[in-house]
Amino acid sequence: MTRVLLIEDDPAVQQGVTLALRRRGHEIEAAASGESGLFALERFRPDLVLLDLMLPGISGLEVCRRIRETRQIPIIILSARGDDIDMVVGLEAGADDYVVKPASGEVLEARIRAVLRRVVPRESPDGDAEAGGPEVHGELSVDRVALRVFKGGHEVVLAPSELKLLLFLCGAPGQVFSRQQLLEQVWEHSFYGDARLVDACVMRLRGKVEDDPRHPVYVQTVRGFGYRFGPL
Amino acid sequence: MRRGHDRPGRERRGPERRGLAALRPRGGLRTRLLVAFLVVSAISALITAALTFREARAAILDRTQDSAVHDLRAQLDSLAPDVPFPPTSRNLRDLALQLDRAGGSRGWRAGAAYEDGPLVTAKEGETLRVPGSLRRAVRERNTAAHQRLERGGEPWLAIGLPLDFSDGAKAGDRKAASGLAVYVTFSLKDEKADIAALVTAAQAGAVPALALAVVPALFAARRVLRPVRRLRTAAEQLSSGALDTRLDVSGNDELADLSRTFNSMAGALEKDDAELRRMEANARRFAADVSHELRTPLAAMTAVTEVLDEDANSGELPPETADAVRLISGETRKLARMVEDLMEISRFDAGAAALHLDGIDVAEAIRKTLQLRGWQGRVTAELPEGLRASLDPRRFDVIVANLVGNALRHGGEPVVVRAYAEEGLYGGEGGLVVEVADQGPGIPADVLPHVFDRFYKADAARARSDGSGLGLAITLENVRLHHGTLDAANSPEGGAVFTLTVPLRQASRAATEDV
Repeated sequence: MTRVLLIEDDPAVQQGVTLALRRRGHEIEAAASGESGLFALERFRPDLVLLDLMLPGISGLEVCRRIRETRQIPIIILSARGDDIDMVVGLEAGADDYVVKPASGEVLEARIRAVLRRVVPRESPDGDAEAGGPEVHGELSVDRVALRVFKGGHEVVLAPSELKLLLFLCGAPGQVFSRQQLLEQVWEHSFYGDARLVDACVMRLRGKVEDDPRHPVYVQTVRGFGYRFGPL
Repeated sequence: MRRGHDRPGRERRGPERRGLAALRPRGGLRTRLLVAFLVVSAISALITAALTFREARAAILDRTQDSAVHDLRAQLDSLAPDVPFPPTSRNLRDLALQLDRAGGSRGWRAGAAYEDGPLVTAKEGETLRVPGSLRRAVRERNTAAHQRLERGGEPWLAIGLPLDFSDGAKAGDRKAASGLAVYVTFSLKDEKADIAALVTAAQAGAVPALALAVVPALFAARRVLRPVRRLRTAAEQLSSGALDTRLDVSGNDELADLSRTFNSMAGALEKDDAELRRMEANARRFAADVSHELRTPLAAMTAVTEVLDEDANSGELPPETADAVRLISGETRKLARMVEDLMEISRFDAGAAALHLDGIDVAEAIRKTLQLRGWQGRVTAELPEGLRASLDPRRFDVIVANLVGNALRHGGEPVVVRAYAEEGLYGGEGGLVVEVADQGPGIPADVLPHVFDRFYKADAARARSDGSGLGLAITLENVRLHHGTLDAANSPEGGAVFTLTVPLRQASRAATEDV
């Protein structure tokens, strides 16, 4: 059972999503505005936030930013406009995934599950990384058991999708992954999800782990192919 | 983007028309004006020169004749009284000799004759060649006569002068022919040189005059042609889409009228165009707005379709209610899909569809598309391994899925998807060709031109299918966005074949290749 906070102003959508998710066994708290949503965050202590972007009062973007300031809980944007620049901006504000309306309960459920999975299932679990304590990559120290990342001794606070992406990439240093592969593996989207999701997450991750995000060392772009970790 | 999308035809025609203009000699009108001007100048110069020459020539010759006749008469008058009558041949010779001496500067050669007697010159044995016609004229008309002759390629003048008794020594009252006549011939070489000088002078004058005439001719041509050229430039601008093109009108001539007409035409065009665009934009915005407004209620409905399905299949509802619930759930899904397609078409119409290019493996991409929809068993795929292309993966999925879905729905199985690279396409950059063929009845000839039309239903009886009626239209828009082409045809072996061709590399046109 997952505790989901739904911030959505349209009563019909709110009711429909609540119905669908309750039926699937989740516990839902609905808020009709950003302000009440932020308030409910403290009180309800959700495992995950479903966030509409077009809200009365403070915008969904601002809500997203404010949540990220204090918490690293998964945030999924529920957007009415798939083509909107808002979506990209929302991802840059720290959301982990987004769903374009209208979406069926099945799709919502799949996304919620994916985002809540803290680690990417390893394709070839050799186990030694799990057992051998933190991995060290240059200044980065990645603890796969505690799910924490340190840089130069200080903890780097990562949103769930950022952490998952970093864990996935540094699990196979030097290997190039296409955006489509990353969408499938990290976000559990279909092969044809929106690659902007990957790009936005990479940007955010670089902002946190790289010395100079414009000349990345850890998460490198391979033009025309995708991304890879290192080589350092 | 929007202009290119709206008016591809116009943009395409532009360079072609310029090419045609370049084939004609540049400034053809100017050359013609120049030539006409020069011809007129040359003709007038020629006529003037010819008339002047004729007059001058006549004047020179007349003066020479007159003065020669005058001199001859003066000499004869002073010499005649010494000539005895009737003169002997010796007398005549003396007279000729004296006349020769008096000829002075003119250097004439003289001869004298009495009645029908021989023409006697100063030296014996010498003959003075005087045409018989001249002698006859002098004798018969008893008056001075002259004749021009050609001798050794030079013009000569022969003058004959009869002697009268009117005021002579043997004078009677009446004027009477004495029978004595003198003749002189001399060369007109000097006069000829004078006339030749005249011709040279006329030529020397006419050639620079003609050359000078080119300058005003050029200016005149420029003046006439400048408005014409402006008109042409303006027309070109207009045809390339700049409907706000106007000409400055000055003056009241025909060209000014033409410019005014051009301006009013451009004005009318611009107004119609603006009106058309406004209506088009309104229609598009309306479609987009409607779709968007439909989305929110659909979002609520779509979220609960599974709840409905679950309850309808649980057996707890009365059968009729369960059917109704299933119907609502199913149609809600269709409606949602249709609204999505409408939204997508609106994005294309608004020019808001963007290409997010990525280097992808073609075989992998097509396999994923088939796999995602559970079509692997129904579709035979012939795919090249390791072929990479720069495409928008999501849009490529839409293209392939729509083509294969269409083939499965309307054609017959097995559906074959064949992909291969063709090197020569797109200026040597290479193209990706994807063929989707089915074994169905093919597309009727009257339907073929409309397969990509929006909401076009091939069969009126089968008015509703699973699709929204926008699938192939969206496919075509996606292909165009990739700068590719999509053709529908019937295979000779039966069945429809859709052939997609897109450039393998879009790098030069890419907007969003990488981060």
